[in-house]
Amino acid sequence: MFELLGIPPQVLLGQILLGLINGSFYAVLSLGLAVIFGLLNIINFAHGALYMAGAFVAWMLLHYLGIGYWPALILAPLIVGAFGILMERTMLSRLYHLDHLYGLLLTFGLALIIQGLFRNYYGISGLAYQIPDLLSGGQNLGFMYLPNYRAWVVIASVLVCFSTWFMIEKTRLGAYLRAATENPTLVGAFGINVPLMIMLTYGFGVALAGFAGVLAAPIYSVNPTMGEQLIIVVFAVVVIGGMGSIMGAIVTGYMLGIIEGLTRVFYPEGSAVVIFVIMAIVLMIKPEGLFGRPV
Amino acid sequence: MINKFAISTLALAAMTGAPAMAQDISVKLGVLNDRSGIYADLSGEGSVVAARMAVEDFKAADKGMTVEIVSADHQNKPDVGSNIARQWYDVDGVNAILDIPTSSVALAVANITHEANGVMLNSGAGSTSLTREQCRPTTVHWTYDTAALANGTGAAMTNAGGKKWFFLTADYAFGHSLEENTTAVVEANGGEVVGQVNVPFPAQDFSSFLLQAQGSGADVIGLANAGGDTVNAIKQASEFGITQAGQKLAALLMFANDVHALGPQTAQGLSLTEAFYWDQNDGTREFSQRFMDTHGSMPSMVQAGVYSATLAYLEAVQTVGSAEDGKAVVDQMKAMDIDDALFGKVTIRADGRALHDMYLFEVKTAEESTGEWDLYNQISSVTGEEAFLPMLDECDFSKQ
Repeated sequence: MFELLGIPPQVLLGQILLGLINGSFYAVLSLGLAVIFGLLNIINFAHGALYMAGAFVAWMLLHYLGIGYWPALILAPLIVGAFGILMERTMLSRLYHLDHLYGLLLTFGLALIIQGLFRNYYGISGLAYQIPDLLSGGQNLGFMYLPNYRAWVVIASVLVCFSTWFMIEKTRLGAYLRAATENPTLVGAFGINVPLMIMLTYGFGVALAGFAGVLAAPIYSVNPTMGEQLIIVVFAVVVIGGMGSIMGAIVTGYMLGIIEGLTRVFYPEGSAVVIFVIMAIVLMIKPEGLFGRPV
Repeated sequence: MINKFAISTLALAAMTGAPAMAQDISVKLGVLNDRSGIYADLSGEGSVVAARMAVEDFKAADKGMTVEIVSADHQNKPDVGSNIARQWYDVDGVNAILDIPTSSVALAVANITHEANGVMLNSGAGSTSLTREQCRPTTVHWTYDTAALANGTGAAMTNAGGKKWFFLTADYAFGHSLEENTTAVVEANGGEVVGQVNVPFPAQDFSSFLLQAQGSGADVIGLANAGGDTVNAIKQASEFGITQAGQKLAALLMFANDVHALGPQTAQGLSLTEAFYWDQNDGTREFSQRFMDTHGSMPSMVQAGVYSATLAYLEAVQTVGSAEDGKAVVDQMKAMDIDDALFGKVTIRADGRALHDMYLFEVKTAEESTGEWDLYNQISSVTGEEAFLPMLDECDFSKQ
């Protein structure tokens, strides 16, 4: 097959690896969306803007306070998460009793405002953020040159995805969370502070976006539109994986990264739409998504 | 959407009680560009600032001219740009439209301008069509075009030994036009194109495409894209060790603000062609410092072009005595000898193409760079006649 398409196997291997790296970003971002949707029933359109904010916070920490990449990897998600909690307390929490659409509209508006503010203060060209010294350089794998930083992106995202899945699906805290989604009144009757839990969950989901932003800062242009470009793809990933399915979001994220990577070799012009084509097919055949519970 | 703010110099003069002048010419300029999208930094509000500086430096009020400036965001959409241009000419009494980055919008506005007998002073767009296939007697294309960029960077890199080229092309009209122009220059200088890939626009991740370019064995990877795409591609080429391994990158359209965004560590050693750089001589430094004080960043060549084109335009209007007949003003601009503080000697050819020197720059290394905006070393310069394409007969408006 390789000869037929004129692509040597080692090139293919390289592209699969690159797809996996891009998939890492899709996975971490769609995971945050899935957590927020699965547990809060909110379609968080501000996710892309908060991802962008994560990258900008990392830049600000370095530029204004001299705080480097490693502390920023913890601090920036915390700051973005805290901002998310503020948003949840002051605005989103008022919409829980309304239709999903209101949350979507609110978060969409917030996304535009956040993006507009950053554009106003930092312009559109973007800012420079260097790869940390420890991770500069790369390894020659024979079939391709793998930058150390990209390897780190895959490792970090797998770790974060796995821990999140484990926490929600396998621990007592996760069980409380899932129970609170099913029946908040009953869980509250057992003495568990449901609003606090929901607030922290939103903060956590948003912090995941901030984390992905810091991961992206050294390799993508740090500019106000970086989230806007990604968010639509990530939503498609969540839809394909099944709205609210944690495992679905993770697996689909990596899988679509790889499919997109392969499209870039065989038919580059189509690489921007391949995910949406898959989304349309999945919606026709299995509307609840690959990993979603039947509606 | 239409931001209206007027610098009514005559009103100012009236308020301060200056006597009315013998000559009473009123001019309305519209700066039409991208104020919120990817070209907002290289044009945007900065171009309005530049136009305002030109009006001040021209001392319009002393010459009995009232100059008003309006501005609007065309959002890089031809339909939005066309509507604004129509409204400006037909309803608001605008005499000339300035800047207009994004070639598709510029081409639409060129036609509307011709119909309305206005003037288009284009600084931001790159398409050569503006003075070729779609040339109009009311068009002046001031700053650069894709052919001049290709002639600068393409020729220099091919002659320096980069014989085999691979293109990463932004998959829309501008990208293809830049690739086509550069291919012609590369082949004319004894080079060859070994491959290309059409990259969906806009793109964030270029690693797959860069790997294909790496595998092609090309000496030079030509980036036929702009803005954030170029920045991402260069950032990732450095990350994947492509430039370190000896392949060279040719950024075919890159502005000082893109280089500033990349930082010298990533951008060092890149070759690129521009019509203007702030640190070229006393004239450019003086202008740029004033611009910096108002706007907070150094001017791009597009913004500098808006300044110089506005100055030349106002001078022509003064000579003609009115801004009403757009073609007459453009004819006067073509007849003038322009010695500009920023672009040097400029002549506007009969087809509307402004001819001035173009410069090949190399981005300074992090060690060489002494400040945030200390970006370039000048490598060479080419004259306007060499840099821009020759005139087409059908566009010679001096014979029509």
